[in-house]
Amino acid sequence: MSVGVVVVSHSRALADAAVELARQMLPGRELAIEVAAGMDDGSLGTDAVAVSEAITAADSGEGVVVLMDLGSAVLSAETALELLDDDVSDRVTLSAAPLVEGLVGAVVVAAGGATRDQVAREAERGLAPKQAQLG
Amino acid sequence: MSDTPTTEQLTAWVTRFAELVREHRDELTALDSAIGDADHGSNMDRGMTAVVAAVTEAPPADPAALLKKTGATLVSKVGGASGPLYGTLFLRMAGAVEEGFAPALRAGFEGVLARGKAEPGDKTMVDALGPACDVLDAGGSLAEAAQAAADGRDATVPLVARKGRASYLGERSAGHADPGATSTAYLLQAAAETLS
Repeated sequence: MSVGVVVVSHSRALADAAVELARQMLPGRELAIEVAAGMDDGSLGTDAVAVSEAITAADSGEGVVVLMDLGSAVLSAETALELLDDDVSDRVTLSAAPLVEGLVGAVVVAAGGATRDQVAREAERGLAPKQAQLG
Repeated sequence: MSDTPTTEQLTAWVTRFAELVREHRDELTALDSAIGDADHGSNMDRGMTAVVAAVTEAPPADPAALLKKTGATLVSKVGGASGPLYGTLFLRMAGAVEEGFAPALRAGFEGVLARGKAEPGDKTMVDALGPACDVLDAGGSLAEAAQAAADGRDATVPLVARKGRASYLGERSAGHADPGATSTAYLLQAAAETLS
């Protein structure tokens, strides 16, 4: 089983597009990527309960790395950990990585069977290729 | 106020807060459009409307259950940063309400500080909530606490925001009251009207 990945965003469209971009890196490979984005009524926003449910859905027992956009996405992800049982929240890493770059890096190594710490580290260095290119 | 409030009193409190948020929804959104993402009024209105619906539909059995239901609804329904912040405030209050309203509000305030990592003077709800807690801890009345929260809100006007979406604006965030401090002043006004 692989480490799961959760995307938390204010916008369902933004999250779905980021996941689509990332899944392009996984041709023919399976990976649990769950999205918690936007409000029930379609407006922009984040929902800590939805984040906790997405984490539960993405977790196969190997843990979960959570990528977020900004502001309340971060606060909702932190709040979601409080809503989960400790044995689940203990195997969740909230990543400070930039959402798109971090997600692409994370899913590639997660699908390759990396550990949660390895997935989180790969996400964190998501800006490195862009920085190297731009100098 | 050191007495433990009843479930009925706390229900009246959150209901009155919902009314004040509804009444001042446009004001809160206007403040947030000046220095943020223009959703504080609509977000808080959506969240507090959901709270009132939830506690009316299935009235919680005791004060802790009422506060827990309020917090859990807010973290799910508000959408913006005020969801986790106000939600954490009420969830932490639930754990301390048996000691009385003042200790509960203090516990909630500490939850807000831990969640938002804001400090006094950052132009946030902390600037209204902190002074209100200080008044209550010193034995002051709810009316005095509400006044302290309103004064704290007014004192955010000249401040430059250091947290949240407003912090992207830097110096341009000065000159308006903080929306979160403003809604917090209404929270304390509602407490003074319903819990005294």
